Amino acid sequence: MKNYINKYFYGDYGEIEGGSSSSNTTEHQWPLWEIFIRSKQGLDHKHVGSLHAADAPMAIENARDVYTRRMEGISIWVVESKYITASNPDEAGELYEPAKNKIYRHPTFYQLPEEVNHM
Amino acid sequence: MEVQDFEQIFQQKIDNEIKIEPKDWMPDAYRKTNIRQISQHAHSEVVGMLPEGNWISRAPSLKRKAILLAKVQDEAGHGLYLYSAAETLGISRDEMIEQLLTGKAKYSSIFNYPTLTWADMGAIGWLVDGAAILNQVMLCRTSYGPYARAMVRICKEESFHQRQGFEVLLVLSKGTNEQKAMCQDAINRWWWPSLMMFGPKDSESTNSDLSMKWKIKRKSNDELRQNFIDMIAEQVKILGMTLPDPNLKWNEERKHYDFGEINWDEFWNVVKGNGPCNKQRLEARKKAHENGNWVREAALMYAEKRKNRTATKVA
Repeated sequence: MKNYINKYFYGDYGEIEGGSSSSNTTEHQWPLWEIFIRSKQGLDHKHVGSLHAADAPMAIENARDVYTRRMEGISIWVVESKYITASNPDEAGELYEPAKNKIYRHPTFYQLPEEVNHM
Repeated sequence: MEVQDFEQIFQQKIDNEIKIEPKDWMPDAYRKTNIRQISQHAHSEVVGMLPEGNWISRAPSLKRKAILLAKVQDEAGHGLYLYSAAETLGISRDEMIEQLLTGKAKYSSIFNYPTLTWADMGAIGWLVDGAAILNQVMLCRTSYGPYARAMVRICKEESFHQRQGFEVLLVLSKGTNEQKAMCQDAINRWWWPSLMMFGPKDSESTNSDLSMKWKIKRKSNDELRQNFIDMIAEQVKILGMTLPDPNLKWNEERKHYDFGEINWDEFWNVVKGNGPCNKQRLEARKKAHENGNWVREAALMYAEKRKNRTATKVA
């Protein structure tokens, strides 16, 4: 019966369902991990994306397969996503305000005679 | 602040080419459109492995087999980049998989066509991946940050796919008469479905206007399709083959190739699930998902066991 009321938009989904999630499936889901990769010796680890894995060793193996198929990395960090605390972009104004009004922290704040040359 | 103010700030960011990031405020429709498009794109990568998987065990040489395996592995990777980009918008992986398996979510219709000969591996790389690349290059500049970053990574890897496809056809085009015929036949069968990959005509496309305003897309379906035709019409000459369109002709005035009418009935039919392989593809995905269930559960149990063991050791 359900097929009769399906709407077929090109590439559309879930208009009818309203996007509510089925909670029982999510319980069995492998946790999400954030992946950081050092591309070469001397550089920082950089966030490259995320993936699902049952535990940390598996997250590292999966990260190798997903993010370093062409030698993009020599070292991998994995962190379970739930342990990352992020700042709120809506509070960016207050959060960064202390830096904004201290322009004397920048070298260009100081007008020196030209004879000083490079300093 | 009112919702209108948020909307105004949001649109200003878009207009000034500032990317939208996961925790930023965004209109519901923007979130929904991105979820739909990114998950559909991810599903396409995953289902796209099936027509090629058919030829891994039948590749004509060990070299071709290794190349095809690497390509299919890339596609799995591309699916994963995209799924995690979609997840940043608040949809779970399981939800997306469920939408695919129940038919609520679409994937690119091109993968509902069968791969009948080895030459199809060449035609898919050259035409299907070629069409996908035009779309993907545009999406490297899409307004949603995680999507754009995933696309940059994908584009870097995708060009090998198209080049190996063209090379497969190039070898066939210099082979025996049978091989030449096989090459031409694959081009004939994949040409029109490849043009359909760009979606309905601009005049019929439902999602286009807002997607352009929000810079999710930056080129229209017709624009991308024309770019593709102009590119392929030249490259086919190098193969010494032809494209199956009697109306394909260079238009000096437009500086583009003119081309014949696409069979839109066929297009909508395949979208609605009546293509040659729709059923087979979805069944293959369902089977893979069900057969993988015990692996996913076992891995969770094992992780749990290992965690408990470490806990008792510490105590």
